[in-house]
Amino acid sequence: MNIRDYTIQSALKEMRAGTLRAKDLILSCLENIERYTETYNVLLSVAAKEDLLAEAKKIDSSGYDKPLSGIPIVLKDIFSTTSLRTTAGSKVLENYHAPYEATVVKKLREAGAIIIGKANQDAWAHGSTGENSDFGPTSSAYDIKYVAGGSSSGSATAVALGMCLASTGTDTGGSIRVPASFNNLVGLKPTYGRVSRYGIIAMASSLDSVGHMTKTVYDNALMLSVTAGIDPYDATTGQKSVSDYLSAISSLQSLKGITIGVSPDYLTVGKKATDGMNPELEKLTEEALGVFTALGATIKEIDLPHTKDALETYYVLCPSEVSSNLGRYDGIRYGNTRDAFGLEARRRIMIGTYTLSAGYYDAYYKTAQKVRTLVCQEFEKAFETVDVVFAPVSPSPSPLIGEFVNDPLALYLSDIYTVPVNLAGLAGLSLPAGFVGTLPVGIQLIGKQWSEERLYAISNVYEKKTEWYKRRPKV
Amino acid sequence: MARNISVTLTKEDVKKIASLAKLPLDEKDIPVYISQLSSILSFVSKLSDVESAGVVPTSQVTGLLNVYRDDVIDTKRMLSQEEVLANAHETHDGFIIVPQILAKE
Repeated sequence: MNIRDYTIQSALKEMRAGTLRAKDLILSCLENIERYTETYNVLLSVAAKEDLLAEAKKIDSSGYDKPLSGIPIVLKDIFSTTSLRTTAGSKVLENYHAPYEATVVKKLREAGAIIIGKANQDAWAHGSTGENSDFGPTSSAYDIKYVAGGSSSGSATAVALGMCLASTGTDTGGSIRVPASFNNLVGLKPTYGRVSRYGIIAMASSLDSVGHMTKTVYDNALMLSVTAGIDPYDATTGQKSVSDYLSAISSLQSLKGITIGVSPDYLTVGKKATDGMNPELEKLTEEALGVFTALGATIKEIDLPHTKDALETYYVLCPSEVSSNLGRYDGIRYGNTRDAFGLEARRRIMIGTYTLSAGYYDAYYKTAQKVRTLVCQEFEKAFETVDVVFAPVSPSPSPLIGEFVNDPLALYLSDIYTVPVNLAGLAGLSLPAGFVGTLPVGIQLIGKQWSEERLYAISNVYEKKTEWYKRRPKV
Repeated sequence: MARNISVTLTKEDVKKIASLAKLPLDEKDIPVYISQLSSILSFVSKLSDVESAGVVPTSQVTGLLNVYRDDVIDTKRMLSQEEVLANAHETHDGFIIVPQILAKE
């Protein structure tokens, strides 16, 4: 067996039927790790084989009664674990061992999941290609010459190459949705505050959210049903009760009665910001929209005029909060000294220091906070008439490794479709939408706050029709 | 009417920002920072064209207000002195050694 051919759902079904063991899953993961992790540069730490097999053995003798019994999971290396080092992809934390575990990690373990390793990422989650990792870039599982997408780069490639069945990521401006779309996966950036951030190294605290990458919508909903909820250790977790995501999935048989908003602003702004969308990707995006129409959804044009200002807003707020959050790395209590910061972290710390400094604060930070209000308001207005908003994830498929290395600003521009969701604290789900050549691409459904249930239900109907997840990387 | 705002940092600006951020800076890297930081700042400066007078700034999107916890010790969250010091580079008798900031008289 190869775990690449399994989903969480199918693995649990077989384990519960007695035809598969957790041990088989772990051995298959380890085989894929051994085969690919160095060439694709996927994982920064792997748990010891004897520990993993001991955990699997315990689960194999206990009846698979937990929601994720025996399911191998890879964590982005920004989630604190006591068993493995936590680097955030940075040399500053090269040898850092967290003294406590993130709430999400604790919840996953309690649900029966087995943590198999920690994934490469852009250092401190700064980036959308994975190339800002101080440990080198991760390749896309679908073509080794191309980037995995970032910042949760290794988390995406690990699922696609069969090193686990699901992974965790963080999304501050697209860091789950972009790598998920570049690796033919389902990636959820949940509503801000839906999943606890306790024990997860902070990037930009008013934007960070924690989510998952999986092969299917069902698997994603299952992961969220384990990790979502109020955490007394994270005061920003929302009080809203957690819905039954798994039941919600099968609540829709067609999309009749569902209204999907499409904003011409996305296309015009995308064109202006990035010399236009890749034409093949544009065609696939239109085809995906056609699938939603064929399934019965009504398409409605909406105005999101401040989309054009979202990038500027994001690239003031994000580095400002980054400079503040990275101020704690003094090399005294833990970690190496500040000369170990890589180039992108330095750029963001310096930009943020500038925009927050005396005399510039009002012009940059405060203005950005005001424009953020305008972005939030226009989404609120849109959601008065539509159930979800349809958008691309990225204006192009995976770039070649090294393509943007000397032009950080050009790369920032490719975040145009993902950052508005973080500014407004909404839920965004990226879904596979086909291939441009060898490279997978995705589309995005954006829902209002706390609408994950609805997003999963709509996406499930689309997934049943398209089944892109059945395509595996040719390795 | 959109203006083209251009921000050009000087060598002194870059040095000052780096020193505020406590980032050691290599003299040879300064020209690259001048060009990259200036282009990013010029880009974000376009925000001043957005009509935002009188708009209330958004600092958080949760709508939560004053989230308190009980004023009690949570022993589940307590770390031992050994755990706290485990990642520090230099320790002495259970304390962390820090660089001297006060001059000796």
